[in-house]
Amino acid sequence: MSVGTGAPIIALEGLSRTFQRQPVLAERLLALVGRRAMPAALQAVSDVDLTIHRGEVMGLVGESGCGKSTLGRMVSGILPPTRGTVTFDGRQVGDLSGRDRLAYVLGVQMIFQDPYASLNPRQKVGDIVAEPLRVHGMAKGRGEVTARVDQVLAEVGLDPAYKERYPHQFSGGQRQRIGIARALAVRPRFLVCDEPIAALDVSIQAQVINLFLDLRDQHELTYLFVSHDLSVVRHVADRVAIMYLGRIVELAPAAELFAAPAHPYTRALLAEIPSVKRRRRRFEAVKGELPSPLDPPSGCTFHPRCPFALPRCAEAAPALQEISPGRLSACHRNGTI
Amino acid sequence: MTSPLLDVRGLRTVFHFLDGAYTAVDGVSFAIRPGEVLGLVGESGSGKSVAGSSLIGLVDPPGEVIAGEVLFKGRDLRRLTERELRQLRGKEIAMIFQDSLAALNPVLTIGEQMAEAVTEHAEVPPAAARERAIAALRQVGITSPETRIDQYPHEFSGGMRQRVAIATALLNAPDLIIADEPTTALDVTIQGQILAEMQALARTTGTAVMWITHDLGVVSELADRVAVMYAGRIVEIGDTDDVLDRPRHPYTRGLLDSIPAENAPGSRLRQIEGAAPTLARRPAGCPFHPRCSRALPVCQEQEPGLSEGERGQAWRCHNPQEPLP
Repeated sequence: MSVGTGAPIIALEGLSRTFQRQPVLAERLLALVGRRAMPAALQAVSDVDLTIHRGEVMGLVGESGCGKSTLGRMVSGILPPTRGTVTFDGRQVGDLSGRDRLAYVLGVQMIFQDPYASLNPRQKVGDIVAEPLRVHGMAKGRGEVTARVDQVLAEVGLDPAYKERYPHQFSGGQRQRIGIARALAVRPRFLVCDEPIAALDVSIQAQVINLFLDLRDQHELTYLFVSHDLSVVRHVADRVAIMYLGRIVELAPAAELFAAPAHPYTRALLAEIPSVKRRRRRFEAVKGELPSPLDPPSGCTFHPRCPFALPRCAEAAPALQEISPGRLSACHRNGTI
Repeated sequence: MTSPLLDVRGLRTVFHFLDGAYTAVDGVSFAIRPGEVLGLVGESGSGKSVAGSSLIGLVDPPGEVIAGEVLFKGRDLRRLTERELRQLRGKEIAMIFQDSLAALNPVLTIGEQMAEAVTEHAEVPPAAARERAIAALRQVGITSPETRIDQYPHEFSGGMRQRVAIATALLNAPDLIIADEPTTALDVTIQGQILAEMQALARTTGTAVMWITHDLGVVSELADRVAVMYAGRIVEIGDTDDVLDRPRHPYTRGLLDSIPAENAPGSRLRQIEGAAPTLARRPAGCPFHPRCSRALPVCQEQEPGLSEGERGQAWRCHNPQEPLP
């Protein structure tokens, strides 16, 4: 498949999301006596600009709490942004209504991490997959619905005879296939896959990755593939965005990023992927922990852990800048390290 | 060759349900030498965690260890009383679990719990126990342990709690640490830190480690020897280099082949078909045969015995992979 040469299908501009927290009683009391409480706002995603082209797989990688799932949810429309815009097929999603809004809602579907929690345990598989078809009137009459359900189940590698079963009668990998079938039923063009294989066993992961690759070819789908697993992203993605504390710190074609990571955080992540090719390695740890997003460090948020940090890294946040055609990195020391 | 620290022979653990007993660990045998890291690899339901718990009498009903010997420094742990086992656990053998939040008591400070782990096994004055706890926390890379020791588990992040669990395991300088998926819930950079610390410990103190995980990458980088479990049995065991570079069992081969890094980016991954059998539905013969690309008619009927190769590599397969040069 082509690597992101198509027209933009999703464009994000200045996308941000803040979560507000109500102060608990103790904090309100402390505020009365003038003690500073924990900040009440958490900036989960900050000013993300990202364009995803038709037919490409965009990998979105980061550690827990970096905002990658929040970003995915905003793209799929489950969560409204606090600032910034999502553009689908050249039109701002916030302005859409009626048929145009429906085209976006159906066109962008989401696959969730936990195949146990994302399926209704009291619905039969056939009904789970048929529900979006009925709700949106995409198939008329029982015959048409059944035909479409059978077709979609077969596409994800499930026997259509399983329609009469309930989710608990399936293994984790099969449940993830049901979730994928439900998303595919409405003929989407864009899938947000949020850690779609993280909950699966090793031997099942490969099966589901293969399914994603096959479906992309068959239906000309575009993916936003959110994952913490770099080796999986390396395999499926055309381009990769690395997130740290709510910001994209590096964006590059997958092959280039894995061959020569630019940002110090990307380098650290790559060094930590356990590999079956390395034996009895002497581990050298990245120092420190992910800071709390409630109280992020000043300047570049990676500076307390960065082996290349300079004094100015603590003062000013670096912008995401082009370091070579198609490659962006947010680091004050771009090109010098 | 040194004599093994732990020598497990024919360990069998079943779970009793209303309709009968199901075998979770089916005749598992392996040995760990002093200072050695053994990686026990398997998918969920393979019995790897139950095997770990069975060694030190931590299988709760309806589970029951019904056969086998667990020789630790020559003593059979299965013949010890619960009181003797309590003496042993936390002193000579320590355990680290995946979920360290569940393993720590939420209403006691870190210091109180760690001091208890010391005084439980030795007559140590409280001040000395506290000093030992602080030293152990510092050893696993926790900054300002003097103040953090008086905090409660909820004040620590997941990575920090796992370090507290490791520090607690180290307090009494055990001969063996059984670590059950200790880094699975952690981010890769934090996992790297913990692996670094465990490895340094095994080197400096000579502590042997049994590392239970589903992650072949972690095992490759950490373990001296690897045992691969499937449906309650060890289907292949040997030196890490032999098992990962020259696997003989088709399941080991399949797991390695399906790793994305072993395939060209964007290509279809080589996959193992089907799913692992549940406890209640173990196939007859070789339990892997319904998923095996090398299965022969005999595999459906007869369970393969143990075949042995060089350097102690062993596998259970009627039609093993040819040894690679």
